[in-house]
Amino acid sequence: MSILVDSNTRILVQGITGDFGSRHARASLDYGTQLVAGVTPGKGGQSFDHGSFRVPVYDTVAEAARETGATVSVIFVPPPFAADAILEGVDAGLDLVVAITEGIPVNDMIKVKAAMAHSKTRLIGPNCPGLVTPGTGEKSHGGCRIGIAPGYIHQRGTIGVVSRSGTLTYEAVWQLTTAGYGQSTCVGIGGDPVNGTSHLDVLKMFNDDPETEAIIMIGEIGGDAEETAALWAKDHCKKPIAGFIAGATAPPGRRMGHAGAIISGGQGTAQAKKQTLRECGIAVAETPAEIGATLISLLK
Amino acid sequence: MNIHEYQAKELFDQFGVATPAGKVAHTPEEARQAAEAIGGAGLVVKAQIHAGGRGKGTFKNGFKGGVHLVATADEAADIAGKMLGQVLVTHQTGEEGKLVSKVLIASSVDIAKEYYFAILFDRATSRHAIIASTEGGMNIEEVAEKTPEKIIRELIHPTLGLQPYQCRKIAAMLDLRGALLNQAVKLFLALYKLYIERDCSLVEVNPLAVTTDGKLVALDAKFNFDDSALYRQKEVAALRDTSEEDSREVAASEFGLNYIGLDGNIACLVNGAGLAMSTMDIIKFYGGDPANFLDVGGGATKDQVSAAFKIILGDPNVKGILVNIFGGIMDCDVIAHGIIAAAEETGLSIPLVVRLEGNNVDAGKKTLADSTLSIISAEGLADAAQKIVAAVAA
Repeated sequence: MSILVDSNTRILVQGITGDFGSRHARASLDYGTQLVAGVTPGKGGQSFDHGSFRVPVYDTVAEAARETGATVSVIFVPPPFAADAILEGVDAGLDLVVAITEGIPVNDMIKVKAAMAHSKTRLIGPNCPGLVTPGTGEKSHGGCRIGIAPGYIHQRGTIGVVSRSGTLTYEAVWQLTTAGYGQSTCVGIGGDPVNGTSHLDVLKMFNDDPETEAIIMIGEIGGDAEETAALWAKDHCKKPIAGFIAGATAPPGRRMGHAGAIISGGQGTAQAKKQTLRECGIAVAETPAEIGATLISLLK
Repeated sequence: MNIHEYQAKELFDQFGVATPAGKVAHTPEEARQAAEAIGGAGLVVKAQIHAGGRGKGTFKNGFKGGVHLVATADEAADIAGKMLGQVLVTHQTGEEGKLVSKVLIASSVDIAKEYYFAILFDRATSRHAIIASTEGGMNIEEVAEKTPEKIIRELIHPTLGLQPYQCRKIAAMLDLRGALLNQAVKLFLALYKLYIERDCSLVEVNPLAVTTDGKLVALDAKFNFDDSALYRQKEVAALRDTSEEDSREVAASEFGLNYIGLDGNIACLVNGAGLAMSTMDIIKFYGGDPANFLDVGGGATKDQVSAAFKIILGDPNVKGILVNIFGGIMDCDVIAHGIIAAAEETGLSIPLVVRLEGNNVDAGKKTLADSTLSIISAEGLADAAQKIVAAVAA
């Protein structure tokens, strides 16, 4: 088991013929992911070819899902069209939509989130690296890679990873892999203030997943999503959690790259978040170099 | 992105938000003409800079106060002449102060009572919200902490938008009655229209004031805009005044880099915002002091790396550089060549520690090792941070 996706999950790519989308579609195919369809309006009937792979391209998500049995979509379309692309995936009744796109206006996402309130579709992102359930092959080949994370840094195993950031997640995953500890699923929920899936949502899934034995939760300054997750974990999570919060040295009032990473009105500081995590029984890594080691120390 | 007070006033006028008459002036003569056009008994001259505390500030030429009440057009011109072209220092500008190149000439109003009114994005609910209080002119965070019962909070429906009944409810809670209640509804709805149509993330009216002649007006406002929406807000983007911003941050934004200058002496160049923050944190943990936040993005090109080096080295405090790239699908060898080219181009003479990880990392490390530059190679984050801290201390 794993959460959200596994080796058999069939995915489609919205924006497969664009520069960004095509590059990562190829990387997912090379990783052994069941990437079964692409969607680019106006290019329906063409195919996306990579080596021996011939991926059919459709005009709409509904057609792609119906014809190929895809249940998950990954979105690479530019910001002005991304909210519409998410809603198209919801309308097609997909289980999961993963929005990689960075820079979607907040007002667009507020409406998308409201429109999704009673749908069966889960959204991950936007502005996220996606998720990876590593495979059992060499360099984790054969797994489900959705998004932009490098596949080879992963290794099949029992640690669940959830994070707001991209490269910092790779850092933590790489620390685990080089120490010989594999991952069940690694989920990047994204750095935007309005997102589809929270730290808490993912913690609950890891808690219920029989394969996941321990969890790494990586957060950053801004908002209170990490605290909310930690307070739930204190009473409900059966599995050990290691945490890290980025941005201890960030100045207040400045947006640190991610739209959501901002300390405002004295709220959302790294220090306050770390303290809450510790009070909730989460082992907090002192430095980003010790995220893996902190988790491993909980297993011994 | 911040805007000037006179620009906020122009937005208010455009959307029908009641505010005292005002005009911007770039010269004393313009100030005189503006004062004559506005007319009336009392006027105020206000220095236009992106920093608070103007009234209590002092100009470097000795002139006191960036906000002055004047009675005549001649006096307005005289005061404007003492402000324009001068550097104003307030508690928010730092010692270097800000050059004043524009002043606002506005009607001065007699205030009977002040309120606080803001529309902002509320992360916890993923909705816009109104925050209001009878405690106008005060620090709202202090009010929220000491007297939370005096804070009114009203969520706005994501698709319906702000409704008139909500405005009446808020007005009544602020005890704005009689003619003032209807003025309040009109003002709140106009402000909400402005907030939504211009993709704002914050409009803070402080104070919202009732004048002695019974008018409800927005006196001053702070605006924040959603940067992600600027592609469809050309008018808003045009309000940006880059002379008010850190020149290095402006240069970085031209290359699609995200740079924030800090006070330390160890510059860092990192891909990804979370890793960039973490790199600053670990430098501090090992006793160093980061000079900046710099995120070159997930798919950094050679040109971006080169531009990033120039911006970093434009900070005279920088005594060493830490490059931390988790390449992922980026080719580390391409990054390595970019680093070498940038170091050569800028004639780099301070310690440079490079930590590379990811795709084709061995070739990248070999490229760095084979170069004639004295690049210190690091294995992992902790090693990299310790090496740059030691190199800068030496």
